[in-house]
Amino acid sequence: MRKILFLLPLLVALGLFGFFYAGLEDGRDPTALPSALLDKPVPQFDLPALLPDRPGLASADLKGSVQLVNVFASWCVPCRAEHPLLMRLARENGVPINGIAYKDKPEDSRAFLASLGDPYNRVGMDEPGRAAIEWGVYGVPETFLVDRDGVIRWKYSGPLTPELVANKLLPLIEGLQQ
Amino acid sequence: MSRLAAILLAATLALSAQMAHAVQPDEILPDPALEARAREISRDLRCLVCQNQSIDDSNADLARDMRILVRERLVAGDSDRQIREFLVARYGDFVLLNPPMNPGTYALWATPPLTLILGAVILLFWFRSRRRTADVGSQPAALSPDDEARIQALLARDKDEGGRP
Repeated sequence: MRKILFLLPLLVALGLFGFFYAGLEDGRDPTALPSALLDKPVPQFDLPALLPDRPGLASADLKGSVQLVNVFASWCVPCRAEHPLLMRLARENGVPINGIAYKDKPEDSRAFLASLGDPYNRVGMDEPGRAAIEWGVYGVPETFLVDRDGVIRWKYSGPLTPELVANKLLPLIEGLQQ
Repeated sequence: MSRLAAILLAATLALSAQMAHAVQPDEILPDPALEARAREISRDLRCLVCQNQSIDDSNADLARDMRILVRERLVAGDSDRQIREFLVARYGDFVLLNPPMNPGTYALWATPPLTLILGAVILLFWFRSRRRTADVGSQPAALSPDDEARIQALLARDKDEGGRP
């Protein structure tokens, strides 16, 4: 009994050490939240088209094949950082990427895509930000992976990174496409 | 007159302190009862951008959108509970500043009472062990004749030196 009491501070210290060590894990974002929409069907929404030659985006469009939904805005700096990665994904992997232009003036979103390239299959305009609330969006960029049945299978808040795409997103897409 | 001015000033200050929140005039509902309910609900909803402010306090864009959404649903006739459930369905329990009791939060809710009980148990053991040593200390062993003689000798020596060692 006495011995256990003497060991107690050591055990508590080790426990705390483990806890803090886990918190230092690479790439862990302490402000990231679990999505309430994971493994749920995509929300009901219908957004008008941003571009004249490209359709808008609605819930029904997200059925039938594995697709990505990317929420972006021209005023969002991390979106700019993430954009080349989306361009590469669209070019090399062929998975359809759909865009939601979040709380942005349409002309600004269009200029953003004109200067940085347009990786999107469909682009919906969500200037009031109401559809984004349906998606549980709390910051941009956010990326959702939707399976064939229109169910959200993965979500990431913040800019995608090459590591994340290679280690997480691509394997998930491959798994879902089989 | 100056008393009246002082009262008015105090009232103004009190009111302005109460109104130190982020709700903009254009968001406020014409019906005061509905507006009061909106404020009540907003105070319990977390702004997901700032994460430690309620949407009632936060100036973030998303908080404003959520405040307007809450008011729209109130006008449409939703109950307070329906509005909370609407947002929880999209943002998860995290959107509630007051966490609900469920398997994910048992540890959170149980920690304070468990800590209190643990503290009480530690105190109990501490007092008991203290009383035991106190009991032993209250009956000191009697001095041996040798010790008694040494004390007397020391006292006598101090007296000889005028009480100074």
